[in-house]
Amino acid sequence: MPLEAKDIYFRYHKKQPWILENCNLKIDKGEHMAVLAPSGFGKTTLAMLLAGYLKPAKGRILLDGRPLPRKGVCPVQLIFQHPETAVNPRWRLKRVLEESGGLREEIRESFGIECAWLDRFPRELSGGELQRFCVARAVMSGADYLICDEISTMLDGITQAQIWKAVLDEAEKREMGILAITHNKHLAKKIADKIIDLSE
Amino acid sequence: MEKKIENLLEIQDLSVSFRMYGNGLEQTELQVISDLSLTVRPGEILAIAGSSGSGKSLLALAVLGLLPDNAAVSGRLYYKGEELTRAWQKQLRGTEIALVPQSIAYLDPLMRVGGQADGHLRPKMTGKRREIFDRLGLPKQTERLYPFQLSGGMARRVLVSTALLTGADLMIADEPTPGMGLKQALAALQMFRDYASEGKAVVLITHDIDLAVEFADRVAVFYAGTTVETARASDFKEGEEALRHPYSRALWNALPQNGFHPIEGFQPYAGNLPKGCLFAPRCPYKTEECTKTAPPVQKIRGGEVRCYYAS
Repeated sequence: MPLEAKDIYFRYHKKQPWILENCNLKIDKGEHMAVLAPSGFGKTTLAMLLAGYLKPAKGRILLDGRPLPRKGVCPVQLIFQHPETAVNPRWRLKRVLEESGGLREEIRESFGIECAWLDRFPRELSGGELQRFCVARAVMSGADYLICDEISTMLDGITQAQIWKAVLDEAEKREMGILAITHNKHLAKKIADKIIDLSE
Repeated sequence: MEKKIENLLEIQDLSVSFRMYGNGLEQTELQVISDLSLTVRPGEILAIAGSSGSGKSLLALAVLGLLPDNAAVSGRLYYKGEELTRAWQKQLRGTEIALVPQSIAYLDPLMRVGGQADGHLRPKMTGKRREIFDRLGLPKQTERLYPFQLSGGMARRVLVSTALLTGADLMIADEPTPGMGLKQALAALQMFRDYASEGKAVVLITHDIDLAVEFADRVAVFYAGTTVETARASDFKEGEEALRHPYSRALWNALPQNGFHPIEGFQPYAGNLPKGCLFAPRCPYKTEECTKTAPPVQKIRGGEVRCYYAS
């Protein structure tokens, strides 16, 4: 069941130029794809379209030949670029983690989330620590596709390698498709089977 | 006669801890930075790399006096040879000490970014700001946009411009490059380099070690709230062998271009720090000595390191 973007057009306002024009993309189940492009090229917009946060002006987003479901946990999960704006600041982190379903201990451990963090509020953790919650939350939802929008830029090298290893292990187990957006060519080569450079 | 300033910023034995409520009214102290010493000289870029959650951003906030009320700070801070008091910090920030914040949520959501970057400076330096925007590759119409209309990388460039415009003597840039493409990141770092060569100093907190070492003079590596190593940037360019601490080496080996090998385990939680060397639980070379007492700072090959077995 592939995830497809078919001839999509998008702009934020009628008076503004198109950000995405006639954009086509197809990710198969279990495929790992990386997208490289300069800043301001519409990478995050593409991610939000694929995960159903935005609706394209023209064209369609199809999962398994059908539009994304409107109810329930979306099978395409987006992990945002800025974790501090992607969690509810007034929830303790345990609630954040349980948002997408049951808390799974083995995933909590593989992402290095300390039990003591669960009772804290988001502003009490560092950016890198919060991002682990965001990634774990998306993985625990049981999604078929993960859209990773620069998820590891705020992590140190070791944590970056650890988190990607945990994500890729889980992806392999469940045959998840992954679309990774990044600026780091070296990282793209390590995690993806296929690299698309939008600037070329 | 003006005294020649040797250190623009000097940090001695800085510790930061947070008071937190446990059960009911029971309070606990959580020490997040311990015994940290660091100097920043005029004309240099000091890069700070290291584990996420190791207190890099808190250090920045401590220097600026922006920590929340439940934080307790001990140790000494000196700015231009004089003790940095809370009142003085308040005066200095934004004029003599500038911050590039880590989160793009620091932008005012209701202000167009042009006016926001111009800031409170009078006379307004709109011309110079446009020049900086241009050098960072932000098109002219960007200044009319609101923060929500910017991409992550554009928002960061606005934050960098804001700090550069203040002309502060000390700039603390907390992860300024994520979200920027390679070209723009290089442009931003080059601007920091130019800035430093005017006799100012930049503290560059970053995870992009490979980029940072091309522009920085020295690199301090943080782990669990303190520095484990301070090395010349050239040591990082030479690679693993030139580094002194096992954590710095592991960090080097974990970069995607150097093998992408993560080491096992996680940084110890601040409430549960090991007794001896902070890195000992994950260190492949640890001995009994390491788990008993924390190693002192040693000077080795022109760098500083906290490890008994560094050579």
